[in-house]
Amino acid sequence: MNVVVCIKQVPSTNKVKIDQQSNTVICEGENIINPFDTYALEEGIRIKEQYGGKVIVISVGPPEAGETLREAIALGADEVILLSDPAFEGSDTLAISYILSKVISRIGEFDIVICGKQTMDADTGQVAPQLSERLGIPFASYVSKIEEIKEGYIQVQRMVDEGYRVIKMPLPAAITVVKEINVPRLPPLRGLMMSKKAQIPIWNAQELGIDIDKVGSSGSPTRIIKYSYPEKASGGEMIQGDPESQVDQLVERLQKII
Amino acid sequence: VEYFLNEQQQMVKELARRIAEERILPVRAELDEKEEFPWEIIKELADADMFRVFIPEEYEGLGGGCFDLCLVVEELSRVCGGIAISYAADALGCLPLLQFGSDEQKKKYLPDIASGKRLAAFALTEPTAGSDASGIKTSASRQDGYYVLNGTKQFITNGGEAEIYVVITMTDPAKGIRGGSALIVEKDTPGFTFGKKEEKMGIRSSATRELVFRDCRVPAENMLGREGTGFIVSMKTVDRSRPGVGAQAIGIAQGALEAAVDYAQNRIQFGHPVSSFQAVQHMLANMAMELEAARVLVYSAAKTIDSGAKNFTEESAMAKVFASDMAMKVTTDAVQVLGGVGYMRDYPVEKMMRDAKITQIYEGTNQVLRNEIALALMKRKGMRE
Repeated sequence: MNVVVCIKQVPSTNKVKIDQQSNTVICEGENIINPFDTYALEEGIRIKEQYGGKVIVISVGPPEAGETLREAIALGADEVILLSDPAFEGSDTLAISYILSKVISRIGEFDIVICGKQTMDADTGQVAPQLSERLGIPFASYVSKIEEIKEGYIQVQRMVDEGYRVIKMPLPAAITVVKEINVPRLPPLRGLMMSKKAQIPIWNAQELGIDIDKVGSSGSPTRIIKYSYPEKASGGEMIQGDPESQVDQLVERLQKII
Repeated sequence: VEYFLNEQQQMVKELARRIAEERILPVRAELDEKEEFPWEIIKELADADMFRVFIPEEYEGLGGGCFDLCLVVEELSRVCGGIAISYAADALGCLPLLQFGSDEQKKKYLPDIASGKRLAAFALTEPTAGSDASGIKTSASRQDGYYVLNGTKQFITNGGEAEIYVVITMTDPAKGIRGGSALIVEKDTPGFTFGKKEEKMGIRSSATRELVFRDCRVPAENMLGREGTGFIVSMKTVDRSRPGVGAQAIGIAQGALEAAVDYAQNRIQFGHPVSSFQAVQHMLANMAMELEAARVLVYSAAKTIDSGAKNFTEESAMAKVFASDMAMKVTTDAVQVLGGVGYMRDYPVEKMMRDAKITQIYEGTNQVLRNEIALALMKRKGMRE
């Protein structure tokens, strides 16, 4: 069972800044693996542990993003590839899914592609579905449990508002996972030591046979028009009286709204 | 203060802190309340290779020494002294194997200890023997290819949970302390059972039990070192383990100091945070100074051991005594800084104060260790003359 896990390096939550010119997130300072991707990586490693095969972790980003791939090695990834080229800078989800599809089709045989449900910097959740479309494979988002993998099929539970839906798909297939799926392990010391010495292979646009016109800012149709902060709720009103009358007043107010 | 950790030590320290904060912090109060052995955390520590830290590479360890072990114990203790001691007691049980084990014995036991598959423990104390090791009554008489054990060990950390025990016995009671021997006893050996689990003041998630031996037959090849060297094994083991108790003490104190500083900055009285009052500031400053002094002493003792020094009884005892007295004082002051809240179980400092107390008692009471330090002073004076 060969699993491809796509991860993204993102700024640590408390240090996010927005570029005023392009309205995009600036990636400087302390970076981490996108938290949702850690669940994807953990699930990939668990599949390997249960069914054998290998876990290949790929990431598009600047050369520094190699550090997050190092962490993936420490956690148990068998192979990592950093997809990095100045031409990729400013790529939107469509361009990123194009780059990822190029590398995945070069890797050779794979059974499952796993991504986090979304990144926490851009929050779009679009890359994985676009990627599966480009690869021409079935796709399930918001997976909270893999029920079984056998005889060329994967059966998963997909979270929906009213509960979950069970989906069976032929392999190869792609999924995105939610945090309910597992508790990611911590990297073991031996893995950390091995990862310090590991070489991180970097593939550029030319090696991937990428059409430069389809990537980077110029190759990305998405334009972010405006960022705005949600209005801060102010004040609020305390309902007075004993608990019973408070409840009565509250119900009365709610009924008016409904 | 910069302690010049190498890359591996830095990694070990950081990962130990992550485990402590992400996995131990959410459960420490509950485990303390229920006096429950932290098996899930032990599994996490094993998966993270933490039990490999102090074991040589040839036995599937990471080749670290006493200092590396101290870094882990300190970081775990910063969050929970009880869980930290369950880890440290495994290292204590492992130390005599490392120093006195034959290659065969090491190959048999160390890889399992390194992987965390089996926990180790060290058993010296008895109802009639604590500081005075010559009071040991557990006997081991040679019969055919076996030693037959009879007797009871008391207050054994990891007792009942560990699977590999190093037990100090009397093989020749007539010879007094020269008649003691160390034996490796495995958990499932017939005739080896456990007494009741003790209910304790602090370090309550750790397991403390009696070991009971009734005609327990242990293969003669489980003798650690030579017959008659049991007390040397004990003394050399605790010489090496005492900086670990010191590390537990500085970890507990560090946790208490951080809690006190946090609280002092947030607690408003007379319109100001209490951290703005000089009386509180001086308490915090003293806590920090004494803590750092203890840390220097513990790290120095550990590094002395790792340097290959022959005799370090004094350094090791000083580190343990100074750090544990400091921890008792710092945790008591932390409770004082938090005031009424500090006395309540909803806040962590009362537990830290309870946990700190044991560090003044086990692996040599601070009184008996002061005797040892004094004895070393007299000996040196004698050598100068």
